[in-house]
Amino acid sequence: MSGKVVLHYFNGRGRMESIRWLLAAAGVQFEEVFLTEKEQFDKLLSDGVLTFQQVPLVEIDGMKLVQSKAILNYIAGKYNLYGKDLKERAMIDIYSEGLIDLMGMIIMAPFTPAENKEETFRNIEEKAKVRFLPVFEKALANSSFLVGKQLSRADVHLLEATLMLQELFPSILATFPKIQAFQDQMKALPAISKFLQPGSARKPPPDEEYVRIVKAVLPYRFK
Amino acid sequence: MSGKVVLHYFNGRGKMESIRWLLAAAGVQFEEVFLTEKEQFDKLLSDGALTFQQVPLVEIDGMKLVQSKAILNYIAGKYNLYGKDLKERAMIDIYSEGLIDLMEMIMVSPFTPAENKEKVFSNIEEKAKVRFLPVFEKALANSSFLVGKQLSRADVHLLEATLMLQELFPSILATFPKIQAFQEQMKALPAISKFLQPGSARKPPPDEEYARTVKAVLSHLFK
Repeated sequence: MSGKVVLHYFNGRGRMESIRWLLAAAGVQFEEVFLTEKEQFDKLLSDGVLTFQQVPLVEIDGMKLVQSKAILNYIAGKYNLYGKDLKERAMIDIYSEGLIDLMGMIIMAPFTPAENKEETFRNIEEKAKVRFLPVFEKALANSSFLVGKQLSRADVHLLEATLMLQELFPSILATFPKIQAFQDQMKALPAISKFLQPGSARKPPPDEEYVRIVKAVLPYRFK
Repeated sequence: MSGKVVLHYFNGRGKMESIRWLLAAAGVQFEEVFLTEKEQFDKLLSDGALTFQQVPLVEIDGMKLVQSKAILNYIAGKYNLYGKDLKERAMIDIYSEGLIDLMEMIMVSPFTPAENKEKVFSNIEEKAKVRFLPVFEKALANSSFLVGKQLSRADVHLLEATLMLQELFPSILATFPKIQAFQEQMKALPAISKFLQPGSARKPPPDEEYARTVKAVLSHLFK
């Protein structure tokens, strides 16, 4: 079965953005159903398609997948972005988990109370510089890819994460020349280059409207 | 290479417990190095063994693996606890992610300020009853295993999670007969039965001493 791929989420980044990136990198076309009203989410719930009552939801290959990591794992496995053996896969998972943690902090930042925002962003910047980026600078010291000799999901996640960081802290990669070179190499890949063009399915940074819609559609999560 | 497996963590459950369960279910012997002093953690940091400055750390097959999900994925893949194809793997990941989320709520509850504890526990109980357990009761309606026709990591995680829930809420499975039957079936498996015996590597619920040790060794995280 190779029907269409349909993504159900808000019209914004959140937990679906890494899935959009990975599908794009794999050259896979997809459609999107945007959640704008609480009734849409309630219908998904009552239809029983949300296993744990949460989005993202991705319809692919006859399945309705939930849990962003399960979705990413499936796409990476299907489109050969998960290394050549179990050991490469383990390294890809380590790097990917770290990047997903980092992006998770950025994803949640807009929902932080105003009085905590400055501290939150300072914490993200410090962690990125001290804990995360040095790991990848080192991993790229002698290789074009993070793991093995081919593109993996870890590379796609690293490009996504570093672009997100640069939106918040424009000069953050100044002391990481290998990551900068990596970014340029990745941006030159046709599928990635296309995704970075205006008009693609890539979503902009979250704004107040996005935050408002998420809170309206998922009110129980913000009580 | 099939040298020994060494786990580096506190002498308690935390993020390593699911790894202990999975290794035990796979019949894999392992050794443990318990972190009791900050200096031990600092040495792991300075040795560069912790990719993202966090434990768990597992030495296995010549690798030093970090990130609990990367470790679990590797063990499940190596010991045939990850389904027979990509689709089964996706379902296993969905269930596993949900269970890991649930267990994580329980895991962090001992570090909650005393005044919030009651609310935290009632939230865990409600989520378990309303969101999580019904999913597994349904999945087990017509099968002995959660996914496919053989044991997978999802089954091991479900047993672990339900036993954890029963420690906090003894009668919580009263309305979930299929999960109760599943527990009995799982407990009868030789490797699991052995792990549930006194003297095994299974760790007790967290107490104040455990919380104190974690806060002392990872003092930088609790400022």
